[in-house]
Amino acid sequence: MRQDPDIEISLVGEEATIDLGAKLALNLQAGDCISLIGDLGAGKTTLSRGLIQALLGADTEVPSPTYTIVQTYETAPAPIWHFDLYRIESPHELIELGFEDAEDDIMVIEWPENAGSLLPSQRLIVELIFTDNGRSARLTGTTPEWKQRLNDIFDRS
Amino acid sequence: MATTAPIMEQAPDSAKIILGIETSCDETAAAVLRLENGVPEILGEVIASQFDDHKAYGGVVPEIAARAHADVCDSVVEETLKRAGVTVADIDAFAATSGPGLIGGVMVGMMTAKALAMSSGKPFIGVNHLEGHALSPRLSEPVEFPYLLLLVSGGHCQFIAVEGLGQYRRLGSTIDDAVGEAFDKTAKVLGLGFPGGPAVERRAKDGNPDAIKLPRPLLDRPGLDMSFAGLKTAVLREAQQMELTDQALCDIAASFQKTICEILTEKSRRAMQLVREEMNFAGEPGFVIAGGVGANQALRTSLTELASEEGFSFHAPPLKWCTDNGAMIAYAGAMRFISGQVSPLDLAARPRWPLDEASAETNPVFGGGKRGAKA
Repeated sequence: MRQDPDIEISLVGEEATIDLGAKLALNLQAGDCISLIGDLGAGKTTLSRGLIQALLGADTEVPSPTYTIVQTYETAPAPIWHFDLYRIESPHELIELGFEDAEDDIMVIEWPENAGSLLPSQRLIVELIFTDNGRSARLTGTTPEWKQRLNDIFDRS
Repeated sequence: MATTAPIMEQAPDSAKIILGIETSCDETAAAVLRLENGVPEILGEVIASQFDDHKAYGGVVPEIAARAHADVCDSVVEETLKRAGVTVADIDAFAATSGPGLIGGVMVGMMTAKALAMSSGKPFIGVNHLEGHALSPRLSEPVEFPYLLLLVSGGHCQFIAVEGLGQYRRLGSTIDDAVGEAFDKTAKVLGLGFPGGPAVERRAKDGNPDAIKLPRPLLDRPGLDMSFAGLKTAVLREAQQMELTDQALCDIAASFQKTICEILTEKSRRAMQLVREEMNFAGEPGFVIAGGVGANQALRTSLTELASEEGFSFHAPPLKWCTDNGAMIAYAGAMRFISGQVSPLDLAARPRWPLDEASAETNPVFGGGKRGAKA
């Protein structure tokens, strides 16, 4: 049923999720979009925290953006917009939140399903799923460039 | 009974009338407050909650879009003035939340207040939303500075030492989910409906709080930071492993609620000890719980007992002033106004604005001893 991801990584413990975020952080550049799919509690915010703290330091507060919908962070490659679309009902609401303005920066999007057609088509899809012994991350690039980057990051050629 | 920090710029009997507007998250709210001799009185208030529309969704989808605030903001202000029995001309200053929060919503409230200020030639005051919460207990009773505040809501979970107007020190906060969010998401996982707080509390009454062992993140570590994201995951795991009979749901809800109470109570104990030992909290200082989660009776009971054990007086504002409201913004605005602090009309909205920074930026005398912390 499910399409095979480019890369699947087993995540045992919270640290593994944070480490994965940190790995993805080091290769980010302006215009990048990462969409995070997964159920409540799958580790989307934890991964985002790992990613943002890898760039800004472990002291940086990365609160859940569920209630504020978006939190922004100034980082060296570009500003990061950390979206949580859990509470978004209609993609129209996103336009008012500056969703499209964020496309030139770096977007990390939880609950991307709720963005509808506004979701950038060129992106890295990270799906976090529960497995018998913890969690697993399924990474898929929607562009050849992302696929190449995944190979570089995870040293698979 | 002393109730406020010293008032220097105004004659003591000079009553001021302030309009406060709150649009930083899901509520469009306004209030007219009269402040005389440091005693606040709410003349009229409106909270335009569209709760009924949202219940059907089973999620948390209120007025996210700025347009929703914009649609109702004018009529909320109008109705507030009407209820207060005043006109725009009677208002001495216009206050609005300037952050932290959702930028679109914040801008709607600020623009409304600025427009009213400009057209009437009266000052505009930008208020930090968290300062509103921090001062909110003083709306209903004269809680003296300094006091310890536990703010627990859908978007916030933090301990704040409130030493005076503009003198706030955040002692610890959640490093991930806010506690209200944990309630909401747990309720969603269990299919208990929205809002999650009351739904979980209702079920918990019929459940066994010791039925399920849930993690207590960060409780084993020193400090006042908290973490609730893992709890939600643990609940999810438990729920997946058992047959979700009515009793099982009640048991999980009760266990979850007990865990939250234990975490918040233990952290509150440490916060009380910290302010006593390291800050200027002597005698029987106040301990205030504010925010929507403060409505939870089990939590209230537990914290009331703790306050008594630790020699603190316990305070909780009425629920309408625990959740987002215009009254607390009007009050914080009024306090700033009478101490001569008004904002420029080009003040920008701030999506992120930690409360300690509010102290540093808008009140440069913080820590300088120019304004007494205790009245």
